Amino acid sequence: MENEITPGTPEEVLDAVAEALAEETPLEVLGAGTKRTYGRPAEAERTLSLSRLAGITMYEPNELVMTARPGTPLAEIEASLDKNGQQLAFEPADYGPLLEGAEGGEEAGGATIGGIFACNLSGPRRIAAGAARDHILGVKAVSGRGEAFKSGGRVVKNVTGYDMSKLLTGSFGTLAVLTEVTFKVLPAPEDSRTVVIPGLDDRAALAAMTTALTGPWEVTAAAHLPKPLAQRSWVARIAGANAATVMRLEGPAPSVAARAEGLGKGLAGLGTAGELAHADTRALWREIRDVHPLVSPPHLGPAAEVWRISAPPSEAAAITERISKNLRTLAFYDWGGGLIWLAIGALEDMAASARAAIVRAAIGDAGGHGTLIKADAETRRTVPVFQPQPDALAGLTRRVKENFDPKGILNAGRMYAGV
Amino acid sequence: MKMPKPDAEVIARRKQIVGALRDIVPGEGVIDEADELRAYECDGLTAYRELPLIVVLPATVEQVSKVLAYCLANGIKVVPRGAGTSLSGGALPLADAVTLGLGKFNRILDIDYDNRCVVAQTGVTNLAITEAVEDKGFYYAPDPSSQIACTIGGNVAENSGGVHCLKYGLTANNVLGLQVVLIDGQVIRLGGKHVGADGYDLMGVLTGSEGLLGVITEVTVRILRKPETARAFLLGFATIEAAAKCVADIIAAGIIPGGMEMMDRPAIHAAEDFVHAGYPRDAEALLIVELDGVEAEVDHLIGRVQRIAEDNGADSVRVSANEDERLSFWAGRKAAFPAIGRISPDYYCMDGTIPRGRLPEVLTGVTELSKRFGLRVANVFHAGDGNLHPLILYDANVPGELEKAEEFGAEILRLCVKVGGVLTGEHGVGVEKRDLMGEMFNEDDLKHQQRLKCAFDPKSLLNPGKVFPTLHRCAELGRVHIHRGRMRHPDLPRF
Repeated sequence: MENEITPGTPEEVLDAVAEALAEETPLEVLGAGTKRTYGRPAEAERTLSLSRLAGITMYEPNELVMTARPGTPLAEIEASLDKNGQQLAFEPADYGPLLEGAEGGEEAGGATIGGIFACNLSGPRRIAAGAARDHILGVKAVSGRGEAFKSGGRVVKNVTGYDMSKLLTGSFGTLAVLTEVTFKVLPAPEDSRTVVIPGLDDRAALAAMTTALTGPWEVTAAAHLPKPLAQRSWVARIAGANAATVMRLEGPAPSVAARAEGLGKGLAGLGTAGELAHADTRALWREIRDVHPLVSPPHLGPAAEVWRISAPPSEAAAITERISKNLRTLAFYDWGGGLIWLAIGALEDMAASARAAIVRAAIGDAGGHGTLIKADAETRRTVPVFQPQPDALAGLTRRVKENFDPKGILNAGRMYAGV
Repeated sequence: MKMPKPDAEVIARRKQIVGALRDIVPGEGVIDEADELRAYECDGLTAYRELPLIVVLPATVEQVSKVLAYCLANGIKVVPRGAGTSLSGGALPLADAVTLGLGKFNRILDIDYDNRCVVAQTGVTNLAITEAVEDKGFYYAPDPSSQIACTIGGNVAENSGGVHCLKYGLTANNVLGLQVVLIDGQVIRLGGKHVGADGYDLMGVLTGSEGLLGVITEVTVRILRKPETARAFLLGFATIEAAAKCVADIIAAGIIPGGMEMMDRPAIHAAEDFVHAGYPRDAEALLIVELDGVEAEVDHLIGRVQRIAEDNGADSVRVSANEDERLSFWAGRKAAFPAIGRISPDYYCMDGTIPRGRLPEVLTGVTELSKRFGLRVANVFHAGDGNLHPLILYDANVPGELEKAEEFGAEILRLCVKVGGVLTGEHGVGVEKRDLMGEMFNEDDLKHQQRLKCAFDPKSLLNPGKVFPTLHRCAELGRVHIHRGRMRHPDLPRF
């Protein structure tokens, strides 16, 4: 039996899903497969690869809008935007290198636009510009019912019907197979700088980032790298710093200069601020975006589990401290503390489920989500990868799945058992 | 506009339902007297009126939960209502439905500057959130023109916009968390003070769901630091085309203004007659372009926008010199609707969105339609994001004129869809645009939307008769159809 189906048109996607439905043969839906190990292992007999359903079908720079087939490589989209001085403002992360150690991981640069929306990726600019879900405008898709449907459109302001584009964004291919995505694009900033404060501990760094983000300087990213992770940076100024608290400013050159000066003054009490210029700024935030500090983290090794914890920034330090008390960890902060990236080394006498329990208990009442981004397949099968949901929400989630994919043929079990 | 036929059996049980609701919400929280019900007979779309069966005004989440669970158990429809400012009939009562008013949920629960968010009960007004944080220099960005009255829960239900959403996003981009009561009375929380929650984006689909999926009782929104400074341009153009080209060139230059509004000649004149804002009466199109941020940025961009405006032949170019002048530039735009109200007994406000570049041809089309229907029209336009608000002038006392205005409006929306736009940018479908949904969506598109509804509300009790032109039963929508004709496609590549 053929195990990989590679449709080249939306009609062929429809055929493939209709056939899977009729035969009740579950499919694993893939773009380039760079995030195949993100999520629970899907229960599937065949793969449906969208790599041939590719290409930019509409790009109108003056309208700030692009439409592409799901298999279009991100690199192709970025090259096209770059020619017009534009970008995807949500700065999608490339998890390829991070996941490389896990089975099926890939090298950098392979991601497809469909995969980016299916996983609702974002990056350091999340706090200023949102995630993929804030930039999707319209979708065409084939649901698990073997029926094609569309939602949204190509304009930014649109409340015509439910926002199904957001529903599919971040649904990990469990509801429908994307056949086309239309999304917002925005001008790339003319200039950028990073204000660097060296030597702060986690709590002082989080306080500094809060001051930066509540001030008038329009900071578009704020992160903190403790010493062992700062040292891994390719940017010399960061590698040489004894921990680095970094805040990015973007925009027209005169604005960036004025804001960098203001921010430096605003944080003057915390130590001497240094600055990175445009090129180093781009390099640094790419590392942070792609979780480079935790790719084969020092002393923990390539097999370390990696968690992505979103939490209220004011709770971040306490959450990290509670986890590190019981486990061997390395952590850094993005989104001004709203995002904790945490690597955990395996302990010989502790099961994966016990480690997960410690992480989730530490998030506890602080309000937040812990997602296990990187772990081996067995762990991802037994430990909830996504934040476990209370009963009422879990029931609703299941009913959404059943309405779109009643026979469970699309990425079955990728998000939760049965979903 | 046909609403679903009221269920006589439910109406016959009215007394019993009132009693049961009084057991849940004691005192004056249950309204059943006709003259008191009258206050709820319509929302901002005043052409449609209906007395609700009963109005219930719960004061706690527990009461909302019990009311909904009771209504589900007894097959009673529910119409959720915030301040009733909807312009699309989203809160229009039904004769056989309980209107669930959320006006008592009017407290701000938490102001958290460190996490840059506010937690508010659903009935807090949009403006009250900004007022609660402005002394510390913060604000809530989405600013629908009804912000003094409309509630944050209503904003979520409609995914409200405003003049600043080009740069700062819609409600959907500014909401961090929701507490929602489902039709079976279960209470769920989505998101919170953190961003980037995993799981299906149910917060995203509840935003803009027009009260059809659940009852929102609490909203967490992000607040932003107020820009250090803001300055506005007032630009007059001899043609709509020149103004539209100027908008395109500003965006092509990589500039996203805080607001970018356009008015056509009839709107300029009406506004100028009303508030004397100093608008150029000889212009065919007026642009207001606002730049905000730190002073260095605004000063820099002022120069660039000025050059772009002059290159596009702007006949008048004014930059606000101070805050009073900036506000005076906006005064006419903000008063545009009441200004039109002065020159016509009635007006009907449309809300299509189009790709910006199609503006000249759409306005030409609107002018032709205006001649065909014999009704005047004035246009105000969120030019930055392509959201068009044609105001159709009519007189409801002239027999047939309302129907003519509605048909004119429908033609405008068909035109919007034809050029790649949509039926509604920020006012919602409600009852008003319900029967036009087929212009944008085919049967399978609409069925998938209704399947989402089935996951939330399988008995279709929440706000029926709104958004969807045809109501399918969830049992029917749930059937799996095996399309055998589509199987075993010979051309399908396999490896």
